[in-house]
Amino acid sequence: MIASRLLAGLDLKGRVFLAALAGLAVLVPVLNLAVPETSALHVPTYVVSLLGKYLSYALLAVALDLVWGYCGILSLGHGAFFALGGYAMGMYLMRQIGPRGVYGNPTLPDFMVFLNWKELPLTWYGFQSFPYAMLMVVLAPGLLALVFGWFAFRSRVTGVYLSIITQAMTYALLLAFFRNDMGFGGNNGLTDFKDILGFNIQAQTTRVGLFVATVVALALGYAVARAMVNSAYGKVLIAVRDAESRARFLGYRVERYKLVAFTVSACMAGVAGALYVPQVGIINPSEFAPANSIEAVIWVAVGGRGTLVGAALGAIVVNFAKTWFTGALPELWLFGLGALFVLVTLFLPKGVVGTLSAWSGGRRQAAPAGVAAAPAAE
Amino acid sequence: MNAQPELTQALLYLDGVSVSFDGFRALNNLSLVIGPGEMRAIIGPNGAGKTTMMDIVTGKTRPDEGDVLFDGRVDLTRLDEASIAELGIGRKFQKPTVFESQTVEDNLLLALKGPRSAAASLFGWRNRVKASELDGVLETVGLAEHRARLAADLSHGQKQWLEIGMLLAQDPKLLLVDEPVAGMTDAETEETARLLTRIAGNHAVVVVEHDMAFVRALGCKVTCLHEGTVLAEGPIDAVSANERVIEVYLGR
Amino acid sequence: MRDPAPRRLRRAAALLAALVALLLVPLLAGPARAQDAGAALARMATEQFAQIEAGIADLTASGSPLALPALEALADGRLYYSPDKSVFIKQADGRWIDARTGAASAADPASPKPVRLNNRVRRALEAALGSLSLMNPDPAKRLAAAEAVVKSRDAAALPAVEAALAKETDPRIRKALSQAKAATTIFLDTATESEKVAAIETVAGRGDQDALNLLGAVRERGTPILKLAAETASAGIERRLALLNGLQNVWYGLSLGSVLLLAAIGLAITFGVMGVINMAHGEMVMLGAYTTFLVQEFLRTRYPALFDLSLPIAIPLAFLVAGAVGVALERGVIRFLYGRPLETLLATWGVSLILQQTVRTLFGANNREVGAPSYMAGSFDFFGLTVTHGRLWIVVFAMAVFACLLFVLKATSFGLKMRAVTQNRRMASCMGIRTPWLDAMTFGLGSGIAGIAGVALSQIDNVSPNLGQSYIVDSFMVVVFGGVGNLWGTLVAALTLGIANKFLEPVAGAVLGKIALLVFIILFIQKRPRGLFAQKGRAVEA
Repeated sequence: MIASRLLAGLDLKGRVFLAALAGLAVLVPVLNLAVPETSALHVPTYVVSLLGKYLSYALLAVALDLVWGYCGILSLGHGAFFALGGYAMGMYLMRQIGPRGVYGNPTLPDFMVFLNWKELPLTWYGFQSFPYAMLMVVLAPGLLALVFGWFAFRSRVTGVYLSIITQAMTYALLLAFFRNDMGFGGNNGLTDFKDILGFNIQAQTTRVGLFVATVVALALGYAVARAMVNSAYGKVLIAVRDAESRARFLGYRVERYKLVAFTVSACMAGVAGALYVPQVGIINPSEFAPANSIEAVIWVAVGGRGTLVGAALGAIVVNFAKTWFTGALPELWLFGLGALFVLVTLFLPKGVVGTLSAWSGGRRQAAPAGVAAAPAAE
Repeated sequence: MNAQPELTQALLYLDGVSVSFDGFRALNNLSLVIGPGEMRAIIGPNGAGKTTMMDIVTGKTRPDEGDVLFDGRVDLTRLDEASIAELGIGRKFQKPTVFESQTVEDNLLLALKGPRSAAASLFGWRNRVKASELDGVLETVGLAEHRARLAADLSHGQKQWLEIGMLLAQDPKLLLVDEPVAGMTDAETEETARLLTRIAGNHAVVVVEHDMAFVRALGCKVTCLHEGTVLAEGPIDAVSANERVIEVYLGR
Repeated sequence: MRDPAPRRLRRAAALLAALVALLLVPLLAGPARAQDAGAALARMATEQFAQIEAGIADLTASGSPLALPALEALADGRLYYSPDKSVFIKQADGRWIDARTGAASAADPASPKPVRLNNRVRRALEAALGSLSLMNPDPAKRLAAAEAVVKSRDAAALPAVEAALAKETDPRIRKALSQAKAATTIFLDTATESEKVAAIETVAGRGDQDALNLLGAVRERGTPILKLAAETASAGIERRLALLNGLQNVWYGLSLGSVLLLAAIGLAITFGVMGVINMAHGEMVMLGAYTTFLVQEFLRTRYPALFDLSLPIAIPLAFLVAGAVGVALERGVIRFLYGRPLETLLATWGVSLILQQTVRTLFGANNREVGAPSYMAGSFDFFGLTVTHGRLWIVVFAMAVFACLLFVLKATSFGLKMRAVTQNRRMASCMGIRTPWLDAMTFGLGSGIAGIAGVALSQIDNVSPNLGQSYIVDSFMVVVFGGVGNLWGTLVAALTLGIANKFLEPVAGAVLGKIALLVFIILFIQKRPRGLFAQKGRAVEA
């Protein structure tokens, strides 16, 4: 019933998007597992993981679009939530290595043995359990967002100020995670994972499984975000974005609305990070770099903020371009990315999807609006 | 503290309110009483403290000293904007402020009385809102045939009416209306005066306005502010004949 | 109070004796010294350690200029003797010097044998060398020797110290010598307790870590009275050292604050006054640093003599380069985005990527070497504080830039117009100010100042394409903390954050200190969203 209500709330873009995701979830595993490697149609396993990486970025972009596109909060710290989710997953994967590490310590990860630590730090307790780790994937970024947002929104920090302090937040975390004493592997981060839920993380089938999990997570994330913005809650959120004090004087507690969106978005980013880590095989403090968070913003801007589908597509397209450029013309990538920032903000403020739907929607809406306007003018 | 029977009668009661910004006294010992269902026009030169007065009543600015009571018992200086709105005070801004990317209908739905919490909105209070109330408001502000249009596509005057309609949908006891006819045509101004007089009676209305013809059309008691304090108060003819009012505001 | 007559008489007699001695010393000492030195050296031409030790004592007492080279050679194992009792010094190049004349030896010595040392002789030799340095004609060497005695508290040096004290005229060295005397006296078994207490006071007068160490030794094994005296004195020194340490931190903080100020001050114009979020601000700083690099390269290859002028030449050039890029950025991108701060943020971030990559393509990704002119090197001592010239110049420079900017804003017609535009754009435009031109110039000014900051930062940071990135978060923090649109706020914020950082560092470590400050600012902005020195005003409609 919920599913049917959800489908009813979807526009054409949303249906096409979900259908495409469903197609990917079937097609890619088949082309990888069933089609022989000699065939031209075969999708190599590394491409499967690469696609999985793009899709986890797409989930991050959807999360970011929920707060930026619908609530006007330009977060320059979503990379932090992504990375926290990633670290939670990384910690689970580290505990799964067990005695197979270089030093053979059954509980302590290698880097702790190397640092001469004798006991597992409290923060690592429980991470051998997958359900607990998954809880942390959502809870750690969610709690940070809740506390940070509670402070920020309550005292009405808005606009660029909010952007700057979210950037400061991820910068502070970057510095913190670089420290060895934090107990998260310092500079090198967490890597050399062996298996996940008992499956070898390098195995072809595991990789395909992770890819499918990512597709499902993205579809769910999209559905949740879409349901939120379509509900009455979403209308208030947009109202807050467009005229915050009007909403306030109508009696809405603006800060709570923002806090809900910000926290849900952070949890979603955490899930994206958790799916990203096993597919790229490493998580380190550089994921907290402010530049990463800003790059995620440009994915959303390119695709079109306030469209959700556009954000996801933007993430996929920009990252595909990045992979191609850094392989073929590494010198040019930063020029291209920089130009993308400038050109999109100057000439395509609604993004690709936003502009396209404004064209098609404009033509459809022009007639009734014109009819309605005519009697008023008389 | 508010033992006098007269205070419990008043809907809005300001006494000895002062506030300064960087040494500039925006309000200076201002006292003002609005009765239930009363219509009041507030005039005065720029910087007289008209908007600051509204900021204080709606909780946007805290006074340095003085009492601000609503319904004779609620201390407004301790509440935030949302709580004050829930008490039943609606405010229209100087510049029309509506939710431009949403339809007229949605704008009014957002304003209609009902639970305001994030949880309630996530799980669908909108279904419980009565369509008849919505139609009534649309009818009152004359936007019935524009209900499906985006607010951004409305004319300036229509946006002003939509905003007043949003206040009505809130069903407040007190409406604060800041310069409702700025930038309107004469016909629109007359229509607005009629609209506001229709509203008064069920609701107390405080209108800040410079347009003296409009104030005259409202036909209500007038308060003239100057340098953050009340200069004159009474019927429009008495106030506009006052020597000081002519000197500082109306001109000869 | 009157002096009793006999004491006065005694004092006069002592003075007279000293005067006579002073007059006689030059007369008598000259010929006697060379003779004594020769005899002493001859005594050392033996295998008997007792004789060698006596020879060392004689040689030292002779006060001859020949003594020091001979004893140094002995310490290095380069002093040889022949059976004929003649003594030679073997030089590094293998040639021989006659120790008795100091001149090159006419012929190589016949079957030379090294003068040998045992532990006892070696100790005597070291003491002798120390006391000889106390007589060295070079004041710096005498001072260093006296300081060495304070550290070693070697009782054997006491006679030499006393002798040197009698002759010394330089007040600084006299002070050091009397401290050296006191330091040895404290541990001398023959000294009386009151002498020792006086000595403790003298040593405590140094007020440094050496004095503290010495007093610590007294507190461990002195008599109760001495322990008490040492404890009192230590407490005083510790207070002084704590104060000094605090002052040193303030100074380091000021210099770090000046760096922050330099980095942020341009942003105070573009963000604070114009409200433009320029994420490429750090890259303007970087351009300034690379301009400095180019100026130095040019001078190095063409006019190496003018190298010290590289910074004064680079300052106006950096202003022009960064300013021109700033004007181009404003005209090309930012002016289309006024009123859309979030879009401005993204677009300027894009520009910063392009600028970084441009510099990386032109100059490579590695650090570039920017040299320090001679006046930036070295340091001086300021009431116990070590002040390096480099830091001092940065502080002075930051303050100068700040003062200039304040002057431009408050006292020039450009500044007046700028303030007019930021307060009421439409009115200013009606009064005939060309606002677009002014926007470009204001942005150019802010960027140019960032370029100037780059000249200074090239002296203390790595000049690489990433230079700007490391300052952007800090700069925004400073401007926001100080209150947007308020230059004085920026100054106070930069210095406060600098000093706070330096005081947090020893407690929490550099990284944690920085994190603590970031968290503090994040919380501070919650409390006062408009910064330290925000202008209050009538609430505006959002």
